[in-house]
Amino acid sequence: MTEPRAAAPTFRVATNLTAGSAAATATPSIVSVKSLDAYFGATRAVRDATLDFPEGQVTAIIGPSGCGKSTLLRTLNRMHETVPTARVEGEVLLEGKDIYERSVNPIEVRKRIGMVFQRPTPFPTMSIRDNVVAGFRAAGRSAPPRAEQFEIAEWALRRAALWDEVRDRLDESATALSGGQQQRLCIARALATRPRVLLLDEPTASLDPRSTQKVEELVYELRGDVTVVIVTHNMQQAARVSDRTAFMLLGELVEVAPTSRLFTSPSDERTEAYITGRFG
Amino acid sequence: MPSTSLHGASLGDRIYRFTTTAFAASVPLLLVLLGVEVMIAAWPALKAFHFSFLTSSRWDAVEGVFGAAPAIYGTIISSVLALVIATPLAVGVAIFLSEFAPPWLRQPVAFLVDLLAAIPSVVYGLWGIFVLVPLLREQVMPFITDRLHLGNTPLFSGPAYGPSMLAAGLILAIMVLPYISSVTREVLMAVPRSQREAALALGATRWEMIRGAVLPYASSGILGGVILGLGRALGETMAVTMVIGNRHEISSSLFAPGYTMASLIANEFSEATNDMHLSALMAVGAVLLALTLAVNMLARWLVWRVARQGR
Repeated sequence: MTEPRAAAPTFRVATNLTAGSAAATATPSIVSVKSLDAYFGATRAVRDATLDFPEGQVTAIIGPSGCGKSTLLRTLNRMHETVPTARVEGEVLLEGKDIYERSVNPIEVRKRIGMVFQRPTPFPTMSIRDNVVAGFRAAGRSAPPRAEQFEIAEWALRRAALWDEVRDRLDESATALSGGQQQRLCIARALATRPRVLLLDEPTASLDPRSTQKVEELVYELRGDVTVVIVTHNMQQAARVSDRTAFMLLGELVEVAPTSRLFTSPSDERTEAYITGRFG
Repeated sequence: MPSTSLHGASLGDRIYRFTTTAFAASVPLLLVLLGVEVMIAAWPALKAFHFSFLTSSRWDAVEGVFGAAPAIYGTIISSVLALVIATPLAVGVAIFLSEFAPPWLRQPVAFLVDLLAAIPSVVYGLWGIFVLVPLLREQVMPFITDRLHLGNTPLFSGPAYGPSMLAAGLILAIMVLPYISSVTREVLMAVPRSQREAALALGATRWEMIRGAVLPYASSGILGGVILGLGRALGETMAVTMVIGNRHEISSSLFAPGYTMASLIANEFSEATNDMHLSALMAVGAVLLALTLAVNMLARWLVWRVARQGR
């Protein structure tokens, strides 16, 4: 792995949108949600959601605060149920298998699906390198030998466009990095175990514009290799990075469509009201 | 005088400020005064014996020769023994309470553990004399020497009197456990939810999450709790005096009786007849004061470090 880091393409919304709408129909789904309800106690945060996430594509979930978009995301890797009183009804199929079936171990589901949160969550007592390979160590998997871990760390850091900034200080504490770097470190950590699906929960909400742009470029580059689901309250971001967009309102999945179509000719008037800024 | 004047604070404010400042200043002043008084009283003994006061084992009130080494040794060994026994237990209790216990069990158990700290130390001492020491003499010590065949090792050699360093360590362990456990519980609960979620999302089990993300994050705070417990153990007097055997001798065996600085002072201050004896006891007090101050400052610093690191 000695090639210089490829220059990140300066992506244009137009290219992105056409690519998205063309591919959306043909690609098979890697994750399918079928009549899913998600509860906190008696509150139903997601109501009867049904949608597919086509393999290798970027799907954005947008909607006003509290509409249930993060909750929907967290049902996809069974993180929702880690909150007390939270529960789920319905099905989520990962490569055709229902992850809410009784025999399924949520730990195994989470190992196959990467997740990055709103605020960067590096492990403060670990070095940068150890953070990247934490998925092998903290999760007690049959950890690859140390030399191989180093290679994986480099690969994941390059993938997350962070390698050039940290290559000389891999043994320093992860807390020494800036917020944007920490978030890309978390993306590298999620990618290191080669998940086929990556969930991003408002990954740029706590970042400055420059770091936001880097993360968006990164999401753009990941398409094809990894299926990305990104929750965002920033409609421009959804338009920039996603192939498909889902709009949620008050726990209800209002509309799912190729991003270009959803933003230019939405079929539901509530979607139109939201994207034209009449509420939200 | 009009209270709406642009210049100066009102009289009430100034009085208020003066009184609270005086109150606040009185506490550090008291501590300094206490330290100075102890040092003045200890000076003759420290001057007469120099370093041999810390290193000599001879404590002879009749001849007027004083060396406090066995008491210093006993204080440190009994406290360290207490921590070795109490720390795993206390951290285990804290992990159970903060991570695994169902909410309805959490409060009652935490309350009971904290209640251990409220029991007067003389009650611990009585329990030690009538329950713990006989148990050690008749059951535990014979078991270790005869059944485990460890009687010839330096740590467990000698006759089983009962009152011993081991008894002191055990009773101290029970007494410091609530301190370590409640500090540990606090720092574990202060570990941000985001850290736990980050570990879970990587596919960690509950235990892997605790070991890989929660404990490392909380480690300096837990260490602070342990050192706080050490501070308690070093200064504990009554219960230890009642079970340690009060013999002014250094022995490698945990079965042998020993002495601590606090017990030495408690036992002898009423019968100190000459000035040098009194001064020697004061010097023991000074050493103990210095040791506990140092330990407590270390604990503060560690807790401060973990608080600064957390976000």
